[in-house]
Amino acid sequence: MQIFHRSSNAIARASILAVALIAGLALYVILELDRSPYVTYEKVARPQPVPFSHQHHVAGLGIDCRYCHTSVENSNFAGIPPTKTCMNCHSQIWTNAALLEPVRDSFRTGHSLVWTRVNDLPDYVYFNHSIHINKGVGCNTCHGPVDRMPLMYNNASLRMEWCLDCHRAPDKYLRPRDQVFNMRYQQPSNDQPLSLDGQEFTDQRTLGKYLIQKHNLRTVADITSCSTCHR
Amino acid sequence: MLKLRKFSGLGLLAVLALAGCRQDMHDQPRFKPLAKSDFYADLRSERPQAEGTVARGQYHEDTYFYSGKIGSDPGDYMPFPVTEDVLARGQQRFNIYCAPCHSRVGDGNGMIVQRGYRHPPSYHIDRLRKAPIGYFFDVMTNGFGAMPDYSAQVPPRDRWCIAAYIRALQLSQNATSADVPQGQKIPSDNLVFRGEPGSGATPPEMAPAEQASEKGEGTK
Repeated sequence: MQIFHRSSNAIARASILAVALIAGLALYVILELDRSPYVTYEKVARPQPVPFSHQHHVAGLGIDCRYCHTSVENSNFAGIPPTKTCMNCHSQIWTNAALLEPVRDSFRTGHSLVWTRVNDLPDYVYFNHSIHINKGVGCNTCHGPVDRMPLMYNNASLRMEWCLDCHRAPDKYLRPRDQVFNMRYQQPSNDQPLSLDGQEFTDQRTLGKYLIQKHNLRTVADITSCSTCHR
Repeated sequence: MLKLRKFSGLGLLAVLALAGCRQDMHDQPRFKPLAKSDFYADLRSERPQAEGTVARGQYHEDTYFYSGKIGSDPGDYMPFPVTEDVLARGQQRFNIYCAPCHSRVGDGNGMIVQRGYRHPPSYHIDRLRKAPIGYFFDVMTNGFGAMPDYSAQVPPRDRWCIAAYIRALQLSQNATSADVPQGQKIPSDNLVFRGEPGSGATPPEMAPAEQASEKGEGTK
């Protein structure tokens, strides 16, 4: 007796294909989800005890990154300024602003302001700010246009593929040391050549290759080795 | 063989499940710089130095280097030779930590002052031109009047570099034509922006007008 119709054969075959497709789709969705801002918080501003605006302080007032992040050039940690650094100016400016009450309170009582960490690498990654700064990686190469961020967000996914993009080809991003803290730095082009050490550079790759030599970068094999970052 | 396949399928599922969430290894229970800790009453993982102890590098044998004073009076010599590197370092640090109020030329019209901070005296007044160099170091170290101290933000050697640079600024504002090297044009060519002006945090790239127009950028 024939229970199933002949067409069932086609459905059975199709379902084999469907299983493969659905599994593939599920894999794709999971991987994309893992890369998405939903997981990485890329470009998502986080709530903070004080809505501190980098845009106002950097672009509006012209304060250098290092005024507050004092240890970025010689430590692995860039440094979150103590409340006293805020009070250097805010002891006299905006002294009645309600927004700044947590800062004044922290200064009066000695309790720390509890900021939410924005650029937070996983703990199994060794990261050192100073080596990047001193080899010519600009602040905004990783942190993005901080001078245009009213509220802080992480500009990149901070995923390993993102780190490796530069570690595999540092010449794509390196800049002269005196330009590292320039938030509006533009890579050299034919219209805007960059002169350095008596040479004129019109494209980034040539400049990058020159800086790899000048700043004594280790080889790509060295800086893409697992134990460079996973110690 | 079939069993192995089953297991690899399970393994794949496990990997996928883990990939979708943050793992414990992301946030390991150890102290990270300036991070919060529930272990201590003040919630800080950074501990203050134990009282009555002196850490390496904290014993300040060379008192002049760390205070700028001889006895109780400011001294008038640099504790190390002033080279071009020292002045360059001083200029860089001055522009980071001092220029927000004192302005890049030291006249005290910096951006923070324009926003309401009390106006500091210009470096180019007689009193400060005659002040010994150790005085500037002492003010940076301990603050003076409305100015807070910068001992936490600027290490001692950098403070000396800045003091040397302040002297250079004072000279620059009172230079005469005799100070100009032979063959240099006075006034020198106007500088023009090259490309986009800086964000303010860093000086925009400038080039003499002549050189810029040669490249066809002109004085737009």
